[in-house]
Amino acid sequence: MADRKVSNWWTFWGVLILVWALFPLLWMVSLSFKDPATFRSSTPTFFPKTWVWDNYKTVFTDSLFTSALRNSVFIAVIATGLAVIIAMFAAYAIARMNFPGKKLLLSMALAIAMFPQAALVGPLFNMWRNLGIYDTWIGLIIPYLTFALPLSIWTMSAFFRQIPWEMEQAAQVDGATAWQAFRKVIIPLAAPGVFTTAILTFFFCWNEFLLAISLTSTDRARTVPAALSFFTGASQFQSPITYIMAASVVVTIPVVILVLVFQRRIMAGLTAGAVKG
Amino acid sequence: MAAISIRNLVKRYSDGFPAVNDVSLEIADGEFVILVGPSGCGKSTLLRMIVGLEDITSGDLLIGGERMNQKAPRDRNLAMVFQNYALYPHLTVFENIAFPMRLKNVPNEEVTKRVNEAADLLQLTEHLQRKPAHLSGGQRQRVAMGRAIVRKADAFLFDEPLSNLDAKLRGQMRTEIARLQHQLGTTTVYVTHDQTEAMTLGDRIAVLRKGLLQQVGSARQLYEEPVNLFVAGFIGSPPMNFLPGRFKNGQVETPFGTVSAAGPRLSKVGDRELVILGLRPEHFEDVRLVDATKRAQGKTFTAEVDVTEWLGSQLYAYVPYDAPSEVESQLEELERELDSEQMRTQLVVALDAASRIRSGGRAELWFDPERMHVFDAASGENLTRDPDRVFELDEIERPVEAEIQAADKTEAASESKETPEKA
Repeated sequence: MADRKVSNWWTFWGVLILVWALFPLLWMVSLSFKDPATFRSSTPTFFPKTWVWDNYKTVFTDSLFTSALRNSVFIAVIATGLAVIIAMFAAYAIARMNFPGKKLLLSMALAIAMFPQAALVGPLFNMWRNLGIYDTWIGLIIPYLTFALPLSIWTMSAFFRQIPWEMEQAAQVDGATAWQAFRKVIIPLAAPGVFTTAILTFFFCWNEFLLAISLTSTDRARTVPAALSFFTGASQFQSPITYIMAASVVVTIPVVILVLVFQRRIMAGLTAGAVKG
Repeated sequence: MAAISIRNLVKRYSDGFPAVNDVSLEIADGEFVILVGPSGCGKSTLLRMIVGLEDITSGDLLIGGERMNQKAPRDRNLAMVFQNYALYPHLTVFENIAFPMRLKNVPNEEVTKRVNEAADLLQLTEHLQRKPAHLSGGQRQRVAMGRAIVRKADAFLFDEPLSNLDAKLRGQMRTEIARLQHQLGTTTVYVTHDQTEAMTLGDRIAVLRKGLLQQVGSARQLYEEPVNLFVAGFIGSPPMNFLPGRFKNGQVETPFGTVSAAGPRLSKVGDRELVILGLRPEHFEDVRLVDATKRAQGKTFTAEVDVTEWLGSQLYAYVPYDAPSEVESQLEELERELDSEQMRTQLVVALDAASRIRSGGRAELWFDPERMHVFDAASGENLTRDPDRVFELDEIERPVEAEIQAADKTEAASESKETPEKA
């Protein structure tokens, strides 16, 4: 009986947390389907009385959003790709090799990760304008890499360290070059780590707002989080909230899909059976 | 296939510790050599130097006559089986075995053919599409061996391959490895700390201690004519008994009374203040089971038997005794080196199973002094070792082997005589 009671408590807390987390999301979805003209009725309801697609139509015809979506996708994908590749090599070196300044490198990386981004916005704004990369993709990708790399390196080197040395040595004896051993043995084994890092980095780039709004000024490079704040209603008397919600739903979907798809890849225990456990 | 020449190989770590110290060993083509020794003796390091995973500080390593010191592991064409197998968990058994060939871009049909052959040999055919995680310890071990076989490597290197298996499986795999090596005739170097594996598997055994090669020879040579105290204590189970002794006026004073030192072996020693006498457990016998004629040749004595263990084929009796302080420290150090934790000095005696001796009583025991080994108390050198007899023992062991190997043997035996002096 006692066990039963305990498991009921777990269910209770689980449901509570789920509701807590899902409520804003549901509210967002609900709002995005409400009629922009009448959603502020005198008798508010949680779900819309009439479900309308108008907001989505408006959002996708608005060049502000479509160009922002394009920018977001490319900037996030490029930054993630670069971060993963750089972090993979850096983490491998940290996990496997001994070189002077290794400790310094790791603590520097951690320091950068803890550095407040807001403090950098001003200087970056000036620098980027002088360098001529203000309001460009590259102007966003560079700072994103800076902030994403430390964490990526830390996570990945933790994964690399778990891979037994013998795996590589076996590969070398089997006739692999260092690069072949890395590509055919180490990377497949570290795949969960690579995916985890990639997803975390992608989310960071996808959701980032502060740098996105400060270092962009036009459709050229403005990403969705920044663009959302520029949404206006049809007239100044109309609230853009429903449009913004529709846009938010659209940008949340890839995040949800990514998590669902890669959830299975991010599983530990891929190395099970490599060595005697 | 190729011969491996190890010439004055040294491995010195950055802190100056020599893990392998001036080891020389000639391994003939097709020979099965065991590297054995207690943990930390440098046997694994030596193996890893051969395969190229450890840098060589000085000396020369030749495989098939070619100097390999600077070559990367992949250029040495050796196959290694690791202690923990080191299978690739993301690949199927088939791809694990095929891995070395995939790296060399061997055509697909050839890969399939050779993997299937290896799988057939190792009885892995039905597991080819499984992942290593779903295999038992013995099967993983066989996959690791399959990966070595398909390479058509010049030599196989085994690094304690059976130490992760349970006792029963270990016995089976040991036979399996011996059969496989015999079938393929590939030069093999096998590292182990298990002396049963060492004694049963190889053509020759190389005993290492603190990075120094002690003795190289057949199991019989090491057992019958050990070069020093260390080899004598390491080879054999239960281990050789070590007792203090004194040579005076053609007589040997032993803890069981004085015996004559006039025999061909003991007479070589001459007068010496303090020596360590080595007696194998099976050199003792229950006096009641010894023929009267034989009895006169040996020495009969009475001893307090502490514990007996009847094993069906043999009876082990334990006789505690106090070692004099002069040899105690020497014996203690030896114990430590051999990784054994014997609490007290005791004599282990292996008697005929028919013996009626039981625990906690006095017993009449007999031994033949002429079979005794005598070791120098300070250096541990075997004073009764007969190098010529070592040759004879070799002849007995391998009467029908090919002439080429016999020639190699002679060379090897002379090598084994040289090395202890260096040590």
